[in-house]
Amino acid sequence: MMEISGLTVRFGGVTPLDNVSIQFPTGTCGLIGPNGAGKTTLFNVLSGFVQPVTGSVRAFGTDLLSLPNYRRARWGLRRTFQTEQAIEALSVFDNVAMVHEHCSSDRAGRRAAVLDAIAFVGLEVDPQVKVGTLGARDRRLVEIARAVVGEPRVILLDEPAAGLPDEETLHLSRMIQRIPEQRGALVILVDHDMSLVSACCQLVAVLDFGKLIASGATAGVLRDEHVMRAYLGTEEQV
Amino acid sequence: MSAPDVELGASAEPRRGGFALAGDLVGVDRARLRRPAVILALLLFALLILPALLSTFWVQILTSVAIYSIVTLSLSLLMGRVGLVSLCQIALLAVGGWVALRLGFGFGPALPFPLLLLVTALVTAVIGTLIGLPALRLSGLYLALITLMAAAAISQILQAVNFPNGGPGFLGYSPSAAGSVAAAVQRPALLASDTAYFRAVVVVAGLMFLVAVLHVRSKAGRAWAAIRQSEPAAIAAGVNVTLYKLWAFALASFMTGVAGCLLAASAGGLTTYAFPAQDSITILAVVLMGGIYNFWGAIVAGVLLKLMPELLKSWGLPPDVLTILFGIGVLQAMLTAPQGLAVQVPKDLAALGRALSRRTRPAP
Repeated sequence: MMEISGLTVRFGGVTPLDNVSIQFPTGTCGLIGPNGAGKTTLFNVLSGFVQPVTGSVRAFGTDLLSLPNYRRARWGLRRTFQTEQAIEALSVFDNVAMVHEHCSSDRAGRRAAVLDAIAFVGLEVDPQVKVGTLGARDRRLVEIARAVVGEPRVILLDEPAAGLPDEETLHLSRMIQRIPEQRGALVILVDHDMSLVSACCQLVAVLDFGKLIASGATAGVLRDEHVMRAYLGTEEQV
Repeated sequence: MSAPDVELGASAEPRRGGFALAGDLVGVDRARLRRPAVILALLLFALLILPALLSTFWVQILTSVAIYSIVTLSLSLLMGRVGLVSLCQIALLAVGGWVALRLGFGFGPALPFPLLLLVTALVTAVIGTLIGLPALRLSGLYLALITLMAAAAISQILQAVNFPNGGPGFLGYSPSAAGSVAAAVQRPALLASDTAYFRAVVVVAGLMFLVAVLHVRSKAGRAWAAIRQSEPAAIAAGVNVTLYKLWAFALASFMTGVAGCLLAASAGGLTTYAFPAQDSITILAVVLMGGIYNFWGAIVAGVLLKLMPELLKSWGLPPDVLTILFGIGVLQAMLTAPQGLAVQVPKDLAALGRALSRRTRPAP
């Protein structure tokens, strides 16, 4: 359960987030909107890279914004980036292990936890291979393995399917759907691929120009007139 | 500062997870043994054979090669592993030398040499970390500028206060004592000869390289790799970026302090004009040429920095030519071999070997 209330972010004269209040209860929730709607800015507030002017974020009873940014991973907040950020110089194993060693003091169980996360995302490469030698799909999977290792509580996925061909998006979609049940985390998914969002998310929230314009059950929201106009384009606009 | 944990054996023991085929495993084992074997052979060569072949003069030169390769190692660690550009390693080397001499000339009982080495390194680590504080806010060119300014300031101060030579007071310098005191820190009797001292320096340098390698394979090394690629990604993984950057500066300064102490105790001692701030840029150049992502590169850099000038002199060439050669070398490294000589030369030699064996073998 994550409750965002009255969140406002200003960069000079621009207001990428304007008094946004959203609740993400459980499971996988979608966050959609056109480019520049404020989705990534919202993720950056949650990660602690951007300081909001006002507003609060409560998640599982914790005031998330009061934690130093690097402490949030240990608390259970994990994320992937729009431009994938698996660490090239490290092996697949070390990429995942480094998250675990900063988030969990369970040294004895580390190896098993890391291999479990690698298996969970369906990565079929030697864990000792350097990430720099992997292709786009495998790097994405490494990044998601970093997000699910240990005991995540909230996982932010920022366009995980960007640039992937359809059959790989399908694999991704099935795996994301298993996260809430099998890893016990709330997933917030940002993506432009509506089939991925519909397949994964029971609930979806829509941002446009920094404002929340709709939220609710995915099927209903995607048929909402405002959403169609803002995001998908309507016939009048054409 | 939490001690870096090296127990996470996965990176040191690849392919134990049942991912390698049996035949593959043999090859991996052989490759795994090859590197320690090469290192051991080189160490034994340096410790046993080199001193027997060379005159005292060249042994002293090689001593300074080993000492400066600790300095180049510290820069390679900061730049190659963490992505922090520091141009004050030469100044920190001078600081290490100053502290060693200050302690060597004594406040009360003389410290045994190993303890002197340790205390000097710790004091230098504190000073280096203070200089590294701006690194928390700055990066790239600005950090380079700040550290270069710090280096210039230190070398100015050094000109003013001089190295301690047994004079009175905290600064320990007296003009009348200049020249009359052997500036060197007292070496233990065991290391009195230049050959014995060379061996000791090689062992200490080896330890510093070992510390660096262990760090890179540990929690700290993984955190550094993340910081170098992307600070947001590191933070999102739970890395305390501030702490690990400062730890990198502390470790690099510690190593440079060790080098400073070794230099203070080596033949010839220390002179204030031996540490100009611009030498920090020369060091950067040789580290780039040697190879910054590879600790072998630090050794190559030490050789370029300290052995090459003497070789040129012995061939009757002016050592100033090196400035030009280093300029060309950096250009070459940046354009064609960003991995540096330490990677490029073995690769080229292997290619040459393959080409020769192909030529000598008759075509099928």
